[in-house]
This record gives sequence, C-alpha cells and structure tokens, in this order.
Amino acid sequence: MEMPLPDPAILAKRERIVARLAAVLPEDALITDPAETRAYECDALTAYRCLPMAVVLPRTTEEVAAVMRECHAEGVKVIPRGAGTSLAGGSLPTPDAVILGVARMNGVVETDYANRFIRVQAGRTNLSVTGAVEAEGFFYAPDPSSQLACAIAGNIGMNSGGAHCLKYGVTTNNLLGVTMVTMTGEVVQIGGPYMDAPGLDLLGVICGSEGQLGVVTEAWLRILPKPEGARPVLMGFTSNEVAGACVSDIIKGGLLPVAIEFMDRPCIEATEAFAKAGYPDCEALLIVEVEGSPAEIDEQLARIKAIAARHNPVAYREAETEDQAKRIWLGRKSAFGAMGQMGDYICLDGTIPVSELAFVLRRIGELTESYGLRVANVFHAGDGNMHPLIIFNANQPGDLEKAEALGADILKLCVEVGGCLTGEHGVGVEKRDLMPVQFSDTDMEAQLRVKDVFDPGWLLNPAKVFPLYVTASRRAA
Amino acid sequence: MRPGSEAELAELVRVANAPLALRGGGTRGIGAVGPAEVLETGGLAGITLYEPGALTLVVRAGTPLAEVESALAAEGQRLPFEPPDLRGLLGRGGESTIGGVVAANASGPRRVQAGACRDSLIGVRFVDGTGNVIRNGGRVMKNVTGIDLVKLMAGSHGTLGVITEVAFKLLPAPEMQATLALAGLDDGQAVAAMAAALGSPYDVTGAAHLPGRGTFLRLEGFETSVRYRARELARVLGRFGAVAEVDGAVWAELRDVAPFHGMPGDVWRLSVVPSDAPGLVARAGAEAALYDWGGGLVWLRMAPGVDLRARLGVFQGHATRVRGAGPGPAFPPEPAAVAALSAGLRAKFDPKGLFNPGVMVGA
Repeated sequence: MEMPLPDPAILAKRERIVARLAAVLPEDALITDPAETRAYECDALTAYRCLPMAVVLPRTTEEVAAVMRECHAEGVKVIPRGAGTSLAGGSLPTPDAVILGVARMNGVVETDYANRFIRVQAGRTNLSVTGAVEAEGFFYAPDPSSQLACAIAGNIGMNSGGAHCLKYGVTTNNLLGVTMVTMTGEVVQIGGPYMDAPGLDLLGVICGSEGQLGVVTEAWLRILPKPEGARPVLMGFTSNEVAGACVSDIIKGGLLPVAIEFMDRPCIEATEAFAKAGYPDCEALLIVEVEGSPAEIDEQLARIKAIAARHNPVAYREAETEDQAKRIWLGRKSAFGAMGQMGDYICLDGTIPVSELAFVLRRIGELTESYGLRVANVFHAGDGNMHPLIIFNANQPGDLEKAEALGADILKLCVEVGGCLTGEHGVGVEKRDLMPVQFSDTDMEAQLRVKDVFDPGWLLNPAKVFPLYVTASRRAA
Repeated sequence: MRPGSEAELAELVRVANAPLALRGGGTRGIGAVGPAEVLETGGLAGITLYEPGALTLVVRAGTPLAEVESALAAEGQRLPFEPPDLRGLLGRGGESTIGGVVAANASGPRRVQAGACRDSLIGVRFVDGTGNVIRNGGRVMKNVTGIDLVKLMAGSHGTLGVITEVAFKLLPAPEMQATLALAGLDDGQAVAAMAAALGSPYDVTGAAHLPGRGTFLRLEGFETSVRYRARELARVLGRFGAVAEVDGAVWAELRDVAPFHGMPGDVWRLSVVPSDAPGLVARAGAEAALYDWGGGLVWLRMAPGVDLRARLGVFQGHATRVRGAGPGPAFPPEPAAVAALSAGLRAKFDPKGLFNPGVMVGA
C-alpha cells in the first residue's frame, strides 16, 4: 500500500504550524510529542502506521473551526478521526498531516422524545447515544459491531451499518442533520431536527464521504421507540446453497426479520472451539431475529419455521428464554474474537445480491484453496453484506501480501456478481486501489467533483477512497 | 426531444448548447423552468431487473410509476415510500414516471416510518451536463463504496443530470392495514396524540391530522399482529378521546393532497419539527392545513400571492411553494454557505447550465 510522499514544504514549517495551532487551542488540546502521538499512528487497520505531524483534540465546534482556519491558511492536510475504530484505515495519518480527533466532543446537546430526535456532539460513542435515550424507551438504530467504542462522527464518515439494518437502515437513513466545519473553517448546518433537508441532498453526500468533505461536530439523529421484545432462532443446514435459498424464501415470504446472520462451517467450528455456544455440527447456519410482542414473535417464527422446514434443517432452535437467546447470539458475537485466536485476520466487507450467495461462497472456497489460506464466512445475509475473514500469519514473510491478494480477488468477485467493494466499513486506504474494479474513470471523476466543491485545495483526508493516480493532479495543485 | 436510448440521450446532451427542460411525465414539477426545449425520458422505459427474493428492483427512468407498482404488486411487494400523485393538486395530466418520482424525492405518508424515496434508492445512472454517463450505487442494499451520488440525485429536480435508470430496495406489501381515528382534537392535541403513537413500539406507518375531519394512525403487517397493535395503540390513545377504527381511504387522499384538489389558492409544503407545526400553522393564517408525518409535514392552502416565508419568520425547517406564482422563489432560499455548495455542485455537474434553468434556485 502506497501513501503519497510527505510535502517537504509542510515538514519544513512544522514549528510555525504547531505554534499557530497552539495559539488557538487550550494547552491540552494539542499533542506533538511523538510518545503521545503514537496512539494516533493507526486505527483498527493496524497493518499500516504513520506518525502525524500533530494531533488536535478540540472540545467545541469553534475550536474545530479555528484549527481548520489555521490549517487552511498554511495548506496543511487534516485527517478527521472519530474513535479510531476504522477497519479500512480511514484515519491513517501522513507525516505532513494534522489528526483532528473529535473524541472529546461527546456530549448530548438536546433530546426531544416528542419529536423523536437527539442532538449529540459527534465524538459521542454509538452505544452511548442509545444509552442516553433508553430510559425513555427509545434507541438509536444503527449498531456497528464496534458500537461500544466507535463514534458517531466515524459512523457518519463511513455511513456505518450493523446487524439490524435490514429493518432499520444504515446511518444515512437515521441522520437528520449535521453541524459541519468546512476546510476553510466555516460552520454550516445541513438539515436539522425535521425530516427532509431542503435543497440538494448535501446531507446524503456528506454521510459516507470518509472525512473528505468536512468535519462533522454535531448531529441530529433519529431515535426510535424500542420494540416490545426480540427473539432469535438458530437453524442449521446441510449446505451453503440450502441456507442461501432459505434466506431468499424468508424474504419472499413477506417477513422482515431485524437480522438474518449467516455462518459457514469454518466459522462455526472456530467459534465453537472459542466460545462453546453449543452450535450444531453443520455446513451453514442462520440466526434469524424477529421483533414485536410475544404473540407477534410467535406468529413470525411460526411462518419462518414453516419456510425453514421446506429446506430440511438439521437443527432448528427457538430461544424460549433470555438465556437461550444469549446463547444463540454468543457464537456470532464471538466470531471475530475466535478468529483472533486462530491467527491474524483480514475482515472483508463486500456486498453481493442475495441471489448470488451460494455461488459466491463456492467461489470463495475455490479461491481460498488456490492461495493455500483459510477463510471463514460470517455475514448479514438479509442484505448480502459479507464478511469473509481471511486467516494468515503476520510473522510469516509474504503471508500478509498473500492474504491481501486473496481479499482483492474476493472483492472483485463481489463486484462481478453485481455487488460492491464495501457494504459498511468504507474504502479508506484498504480498498482504495480496487475502486476501478467497481467504477469507471468517469464514475470516479463525478465523485471527485463533489470533493472539488467542498474542499477545492484537497486538504481533507486526501489520500483515501480513490486510487492515488486518480487524484494525483488534484492533490498536487 | 425524446431519445430512445441512454446513448442517444448522452449524445444529445453532449452537443446541446441551449437550456433543456427535463420531463418524465410532467406531473409533479415545482417552480417555473425558464425558456428551454423539452427533453422527455419516456423513451427510456422498462424494468431491467426485478428480484423479489432480494427485494431489489432496477428500472429505466421513463417507466410509468403505475407499471412499476403493478409489477411489484404481482409479487406482493411495493415501493416503501408511497409516492404521491400530484396531478390533481397541480391540475396536470400525463403519466408519472419513476425517474420523476426520484428527481422530486416524492414521498408519501409512510415516509414517517419507512423513510423517503432517497432512503429506498440504492442505485442510479444519469447523464451529466457534458454528456457523460455516470453510475453510482448499485443493486445491493448496503453499499458505502465512494461518494453517495445516489442521494444527491434524489430530489435534485433535474438540475444536476438526466436520470436514466434507478434501483430500489423494496418492502413486502402487508397482509392488512388498520386505521385508527380520533375525532375533535385541536391541532396541538392532535400532534401530541400522533407523537404518543409514533413514540410507542407499535410501528405506526402513517400519522395524519386533517382538521375538522380527524386524526388518523395507520398500522400494517400480518393480521394477528395488526389486530394486537391496534388494540394496544387504542389504549395508548385513550387519553386523547374515543378511538374508532375506520377504513384506510384517508391515506391515498392525504398522499395526493386530495382535499386541496379543485380548491383555489397557493399550496405550500412545510417541513418542520412536529411540535412546532400548530404554532406555525396559526402564524401562517392559512385557509386550510393538512398534517402528515405526525406533524413533520404540513400542507397549507393560502390566499394567492401571500409571502408565507415572511409571515413565518425564522423557524427550524423550510417552506416550499408547490402551487402558485409568488412572491419569492418556489424552493426555500438557502443560507449563503449552503447555497454556495449547491451552486458549486451544479456548476460541476452541469457546466453548460443546460438543465432545468431556474428550478430550485431563483424565482
């Protein structure tokens, strides 16, 4: 993975840039000591690391605006950072850039239950948004698996999803408005505590723009009343094909479960060895969760059971108690931890049309074998968002490169069958060089134009999302 | 002009050097387009891909909405966002197209639960102002690859490009619906009742108040579930008065703003914080008001020529004049910084200034 060479002119005036930042920030909001900036050298894509020139941790929108003005004046690149949980390297620094972390801006500005919104500072963690409203019976729907740690700012940057988006959508569907600071330090409000933002859908463009258009400092989020209850069912099948057909039939049957999770044999075996959830010995399993009152849940599960029966499940377990429900989710929720026990892993995030599930799993198996690696598949089957986990040994020279090559092949496969490179993690640096697989130069050029408008100097997170050759002339200008 | 293919359309735009008025069915355009030659998309029609098992539809932009809806109904599915038919309101004929629905981000009462058109839209193809064909999004529900131009095109009212193909995620059509009604509530009580309903776990898919006629809540789904939720919701609403169950005719009427059909005056659409709605309606001095989306959307019928924005002053939200001639622009003026971003995008996507001149900006 290549990053642009640092700009020597910026490195040469480091002292002046730091002095300008120090002049507009409280003392504890500026970090320049490499011993401390080390904590910001990478995000959750730990294979790539780089010390930034400086880290700023502002507490207010005004401080963010001041930082942006100074950086703009000096031509310094800014890399926005939420909680640093990006799996795609979305907040990977460069030596000539300032990391702008919003983690200290984590307050609740306003909650309004009658109008069903909450306004938060963008550094607030995803789960603590729900924490702020659950006493009143509400929740914030997008639930990325890092939700304990990840920040709303990063969720907006990456348009994060989660296990429950089949019913509730992803971040963009639950975002009402933002306060955003542009690269020139201007503070703009896009949308607000009402349902449709006026004018062009700038909010839709900002959400998922990977910190390339502005720094979001506050957000109005839609909150929803909590369902009366939820209950999962676990079913095991004799093949990936059969499990895939069952998913399709459930959807065609008019049911809309809140989650349909899929695990293949390698994943089942690994999680069993790790978490001992008591999963059945089978080729593929589904965890399907439905919501509602006890009677509604019974009705939906009866329909799901009838559909599943047509596919001769080797196991079918409905959770009858809270404890049983937890056990059904235990293995799924431990899947990533289990992989960590087996070795180093890369987590992919491509999406495919649900109808291509069985074919894609078979091809992944063939590709994996040809590389001599192991892959376990766990994913959100209802929406086709796959998370193949490629296991490798980071201490063995060449293994990472081999795993990355397999990952690229799998993502190309996702695009070939009509899907995409990333369903919820974002492009970052990780999938940057694969963009031409999915998009023509014209398609990418259209996206670059949006950045040209918001950030004409290409200072915001500029080496991400698009292949470097595509953005080279703009970054150099 | 009525190109028969995307390639023909792209070539036409590439060589164009005079303004073009983009038209699907011409049924829902808001505001006046300046002098321009009409460019119709009706020649780009037909469903390209429909996978009921994946809840996915890809369809060419000029396809009639009615054709899309009947194809989905045959599989027991539907567009989630309940697109309105504004022909009666605007006194127009013609046949609404799916591309026009997207260009207007047209969303009906179910928007309060299932999201707007832009929330169901997962892919788009369009021709920009230089004749380039651009693809964004795709046919899968979860896709964060690159900048989201899909949302940008939805609701851009033909000012950024000519939409040629769109992809949606769909929903199963429900087995049944039930509509609960409360009578005699004033606007403030009605909004409070709707907030109570929308804040309940009973998954309300419509919340409307038609002053003088009643306050309505809709539930949809499997029969036993709807029955159960109707009973429980009636209990929640008990403190607002007697709850009756009525037929669901009100939803299509509200979706199409039928109570204002054939009535004189300007028609405005307010997007507001629901609990602010009654106060704003009082300030507007409207001849009639309809509350949808729990009060988040208000349709106002005003005496012709009233400057509603001047009457309302500063508020959280915005007002669009859907019918009528002024004063002031039909679309809400934007703060300078936001207007500059929008103008910048238009200049990039339509550098020759071809598409729908004057729409969304100006008078």
